[in-house]
Amino acid sequence: MTATGIGAPVRRKEDQRFVTGQGRYVDDFNRPGQAHAYFLRSPHAHAAIRSIDTGPATIMPGVIAIFTGDDLATDKIGGLICGWMIHSKDGSPMKAGPHPALAQGKVRYVGDHVAVVIAETLAQAKDAAEAIVVDYDVLPAVVDTAQATKASVQVHDVSPDNTVFNWHLGNKDETEAAFARAKHVTKIDLVNNRLVPNPIEPRAAVGEYDFGTDNYTLYTTSQNPHVARLVLSAFIGVAPEHKLRVIAPDVGGGFGSKIFIYAEETVCVWAAKKVKRPVKWTSDRSEAFLSDAHGRDHVTHAEMATDENGKIIALRVHTTANLGAYLSTFSSSVPTYLYAPLLSGQYDIPAIYCEVDGVYTNTAPVDAYRGAGRPEATFVVERLVEKTARELGQNPAEFRRKNYITQFPHVTPVIMTYDTGDYAASLDKALEIADYKNFEQRKQESVRRGKLRGIGFSSYIEACGIAPSQAVGSLGAGVGLWESAEVRVNPTGSVEVLTGSHSHGQGHETTFAQLVSDRLGISIDQVSIVHGDTDKVQFGMGTYGSRSGAVGMSAIAKAIDKVIAKGKKVAAHVLEASEGDIEFKDGRFGVAGTDRSMAFGEIALQAYIAHKFSGQDLEPGLKEGAFYDPTNFTFPAGVHICEVEIDPDTGVTKIERWTAVDDFGVIINPMIVEGQVHGGIAQGVGQALLEGAFYDESGQLITASFNDYCMPRAIDLPSFQVGMTVTPCPSNPLGIKGCGEAGAIAAPPAVINAITDALGHEDIAMPATPQAVWRAAQKSRMPMAAE
Amino acid sequence: MTTVSLTVNGQSVTADVDPRTLLVQFLRENLRLTGTHVGCDTSQCGACVVHLNGQAVKSCTTLAVQANASVVTTIEGISQGGDLHPMQAAFREHHGLQCGYCTPGMIMSAIDIVNRKGNAVDEQTIRAELEGNLCRCTGYHNIVKAVAAGAQAMAQAPLQQAAE
Ligand code: FES
Ligand code: FES
Repeated sequence: MTATGIGAPVRRKEDQRFVTGQGRYVDDFNRPGQAHAYFLRSPHAHAAIRSIDTGPATIMPGVIAIFTGDDLATDKIGGLICGWMIHSKDGSPMKAGPHPALAQGKVRYVGDHVAVVIAETLAQAKDAAEAIVVDYDVLPAVVDTAQATKASVQVHDVSPDNTVFNWHLGNKDETEAAFARAKHVTKIDLVNNRLVPNPIEPRAAVGEYDFGTDNYTLYTTSQNPHVARLVLSAFIGVAPEHKLRVIAPDVGGGFGSKIFIYAEETVCVWAAKKVKRPVKWTSDRSEAFLSDAHGRDHVTHAEMATDENGKIIALRVHTTANLGAYLSTFSSSVPTYLYAPLLSGQYDIPAIYCEVDGVYTNTAPVDAYRGAGRPEATFVVERLVEKTARELGQNPAEFRRKNYITQFPHVTPVIMTYDTGDYAASLDKALEIADYKNFEQRKQESVRRGKLRGIGFSSYIEACGIAPSQAVGSLGAGVGLWESAEVRVNPTGSVEVLTGSHSHGQGHETTFAQLVSDRLGISIDQVSIVHGDTDKVQFGMGTYGSRSGAVGMSAIAKAIDKVIAKGKKVAAHVLEASEGDIEFKDGRFGVAGTDRSMAFGEIALQAYIAHKFSGQDLEPGLKEGAFYDPTNFTFPAGVHICEVEIDPDTGVTKIERWTAVDDFGVIINPMIVEGQVHGGIAQGVGQALLEGAFYDESGQLITASFNDYCMPRAIDLPSFQVGMTVTPCPSNPLGIKGCGEAGAIAAPPAVINAITDALGHEDIAMPATPQAVWRAAQKSRMPMAAE
Repeated sequence: MTTVSLTVNGQSVTADVDPRTLLVQFLRENLRLTGTHVGCDTSQCGACVVHLNGQAVKSCTTLAVQANASVVTTIEGISQGGDLHPMQAAFREHHGLQCGYCTPGMIMSAIDIVNRKGNAVDEQTIRAELEGNLCRCTGYHNIVKAVAAGAQAMAQAPLQQAAE
């Protein structure tokens, strides 16, 4: 390992600009002559729009234009799309209702877009929006996930009972048969609470149109600018693909919520041409709460069957997934193919059957949020495994161990082929770091102080490296999920890597440079990573699903291999040897068995001056591109152990210890990987203890600011103890599995298992707020509750 | 319109502003000092923290006119002659940032914490004192480490501290 190569904890190259305030986020861009957009949003969860009178608003100071859904329709601007087709059990396609960027005739959730005001200043746009008169016929709303299909309210005409799909996966007959012969069946009812992603940078967009060239530019807070361009051009039709440049500069966190193509950026691009001015919109936090796609929101009943030896023999799951008022970009895939295939967890479960009903409600659209489907699956599996172990009187760690998959490859009943892993190794390491053997002692010590102490396990698995294009295509994906890279070597030997991945906190400028440094033997200072601009990078699928290491870097590795191959040809001419005798090692091209060699940079220069070979034999230059399509998902897995102490008098849960042992395969930069784990755990702990998006019966979001929606703060979290085990991933050239979502997937069941362990019963929902824990503590038969 | 005159990062500035202009808007839009960020509209996130007469304030909850005749320091104003402030260097060294959006506010709050709590400030105090700053990326683990290390480093660099 070199100081800047694979495996080194290299300090991040991007940090110089971020710590000095020189980062460039979308809202930092101000285009000459720009106007400001403000969206008038629906105050009602469900209403027919009888009329919109923009007249009085139009003549207010600074107003340039006001547009409604009719204007978009006149210009034949299409609706927002959902890019993953799910088929119901009966073979029928999912019921996708129309999703206009500005409402047409009806609003379906609080925050739905009714009109846009474009004015000289934001304050003027806001003032004018207040003067727009909308005549609403307010309709009853359906909000509750579990009741959605029984409601008399109908969100979309295409779906009379608000069902989007009734989908299933697994083998029903085998599962029923296994349950019939089971020795023991454990049942659980779970709610996976609705969350608001809340990257600290709110979404923003600046649209621009150049009348001279007919070119459009969109600056946007996107995790996947090329996908945004494709959707905006091919489906929504705001601009032809080759005329639209999408730039996603520094982006302040995404966690899924910046994957999707929203109404606001659509309108900004379109309106820029209409008003002949650049148009800027920046979400405020209140708008973000209302209109960023939310995450999770499942209601689940699940059952686990075990035999007389305490082996899990079957799992059956029924989930109702709330998709909100419209199908967001990837929403349909999240509670289906990103969920049920993970229900085998780390366990050898011969029979699994899962049914998922996707439903519409009058709430914000629900789509991928860090983990996307996999946290929901892990919550089901790990809560059930824990509860089963308790009911069988078995140690939860040893019950897990007994049921772990140990032979690889392993084909699950839910279409996954796990390639490699060593789950017991992670468990052993986690037990040691967590000092499990002394837990009882610590518990007694807590009891002496009048406190309750509990320990909770989570043996999670996730499917990352999304994804083999053919496989996802057969499952309904509208796109392929490969990644592309171009490695451009300059005559001076410095290198630019153009990648279709996008960094919004992951540190690609550093880790991708480490790969180049490692492979080409040049300093990371000689490497620039270019991303986030469709005019520079040819195409890319972007960053989500922990795919940038396993898929994005594999594309770079493939392109580097081609650069080296071309470099050998050049070297053969320059060093006057046959190509087969040229070796590339430690940054030098040399002739095998001799001391004749040249540095990488020298060969790069030779490639460009092209004096030592004829253009007929070899093309000048040194630049190669590659597309990498993965052959399988990757399967990061690990064990997290959470130890809590609860004050039964106040219900406050304090996390005393957090142990994370993860197997991410080969690690490029352990500092960055650990940072990803920390951040994921914090979001998972947030879900378990603090966060929940709640609507009242009328569909008003009652947790619509940081005052009401409890985000994890420094004081809510402990320092984390993070360990690693490594089984390299066999399916990609770098052995990487991915690390971005692990913490968010692992954490919620670890916390809830710890709390239920402390309380001595299972009945606690997320978020386990002090009030909820206090109530549960009073109900439980722990000695403390008698007070 | 109201006239405000203040010193920002050592430079005197005078401008006519709409009286409702927030300090953060004044910094970002009038002065194009875009290092100070906006992450919320309820004074909860701390992305906007700057120093007003040497003390941390949320510039989203301060009117520009309230800063009249004051000294304001932003993230752009704390490094000296190309050298990072010890707290900036500590955030980089300890990986106290990921997307970087909360970072300017975190660093400005962290310096204020050290000014108030001293160079030996411990982890629990740092966690409690960061109550006004949200980070969605780091889980705070490395921010806490960075603040502790930055606090120590500030003791070694008294000149830089005094310069603020
Ligand atoms: S912007 Fe959130 S506290 Fe100032
Ligand atoms: S580093 Fe992204 S919000 Fe803190």
